[in-house]
Amino acid sequence: MANTQSMEHPGALRQLPSVKTTLAVITGVMMLINLYFIFMVAPTDSVLGHVQRVFYFHVPIAIMSFLAFFVVFIASLGYLIKRTPKWDAVAHASAEVGVVFVTLALLTGIIWARPIWNTWWTWEPRLTTTMILWLIYVAYLMVRSYAPSQSKGAIYGAVVGIVGFVDVPIVYYSVVWWRSIHPSPVVGPFAQANALDGTMALILLYSFITFVFFFAYMVMERMELRKTEEALGHIRFTLRRRGR
Amino acid sequence: MNGLFGPVMVIVWKDVMLELRSRDLIVSVIVFGLLVVVVFNFALNNTPGRSEELAPGILWAAFAFAAVLAMNRAFVRDQEQGGLEGLLISPVSRDAIFLGKALTSLIFMLLVEAALLPIYAVMLDFSALSWNLMLTIFLGTLGFAVVGTLFSAMAVQTRSREIMLPVLFFPILLPVIIASVEATTRAIGGETFIGLGRWLPLIGVFDALFLVICPWVFSFVVEE
Repeated sequence: MANTQSMEHPGALRQLPSVKTTLAVITGVMMLINLYFIFMVAPTDSVLGHVQRVFYFHVPIAIMSFLAFFVVFIASLGYLIKRTPKWDAVAHASAEVGVVFVTLALLTGIIWARPIWNTWWTWEPRLTTTMILWLIYVAYLMVRSYAPSQSKGAIYGAVVGIVGFVDVPIVYYSVVWWRSIHPSPVVGPFAQANALDGTMALILLYSFITFVFFFAYMVMERMELRKTEEALGHIRFTLRRRGR
Repeated sequence: MNGLFGPVMVIVWKDVMLELRSRDLIVSVIVFGLLVVVVFNFALNNTPGRSEELAPGILWAAFAFAAVLAMNRAFVRDQEQGGLEGLLISPVSRDAIFLGKALTSLIFMLLVEAALLPIYAVMLDFSALSWNLMLTIFLGTLGFAVVGTLFSAMAVQTRSREIMLPVLFFPILLPVIIASVEATTRAIGGETFIGLGRWLPLIGVFDALFLVICPWVFSFVVEE
């Protein structure tokens, strides 16, 4: 019966990898060029030194994580309205990739912060909001996996995906206002972005495009993995039923 | 039984009666609230001069923890006895169920806070007699009740439900906690309503937004 299972899938499997493999190849090549640009071409910052290069990773990754959670929001709305598993698959995959990205954004930010600001962490609005974002979407993944059933988990996830995304701007403004009353010791850390020279800005843009492809590839990979998980669960289920 | 107001009041009445007969929620949450103050007093080394500076933070940390504790129980009784299924089968809209449960939580929390506030005022040495403070507490607690009820309905059905509620509750309610602490600092300091600045409107916007979103998504959470 395992054969009949796999017989149903080849058609679907043959279609998806072609898009995914193309994406994987494009992402791989672009990422290699990106690394070359960042470490070989990009000029060393005269004030900040080599540490500044982490920005070519940090900025695109951080923006991609926001994009990922926007995708979660849209897909969650889609799932609650349409109730088709496809929407949930997109939301789930995007949330997982988003959590990885936001973790990386926090880590690369810390690498930057220690030598430049002389502190690992500061309760600056963007940092705080990113931290809260991380917490909300870790809760998203937790509530999915602790739900009584997979369909319930999909609904709970969608609820957190919507409520959490709506909450983010409020979190941001509350922390900004809170900060404006307790002045921060770090003055204008993001003013650096305006001081980027032409090459730096171009490389940053290229890096951003690379990470868009990377994100799309990761989400597709995760969605396919989920399909495999479901097929495996189905096989297990039938085996158990027929075996006993 | 049509309309919204009637069913909401019936659900509130049911939970109030249950609480009056068992008395297992409000009293224990009040005791817990006192313990939080004692712990914070030593954790933050509260000396007489610093009291006014620390009081708003301690107050809202205690209220937030107490709200999570109380909210964790909001659906437990319904879940255990199959009461929620009964409610869902009855010809009452899901909005009414949500609003009824949220209103119950709001009433319970306000009772807890009304009991705790005079004690806190004495222990932390601030004046609680201020309309601005009352308004802040009301709006903040409304936010706790609305979002807490939604997450409580989800958490009660998950494994390790005692953990799930705070994990969902605190990050989402961070703006309310920040704004409430800031507004309370000003209210205790004797500021006028205008002097509270944008903090009360911020809580108001949060409450209004989630009063619209939460009933809608709640109907998906409780469906079978």
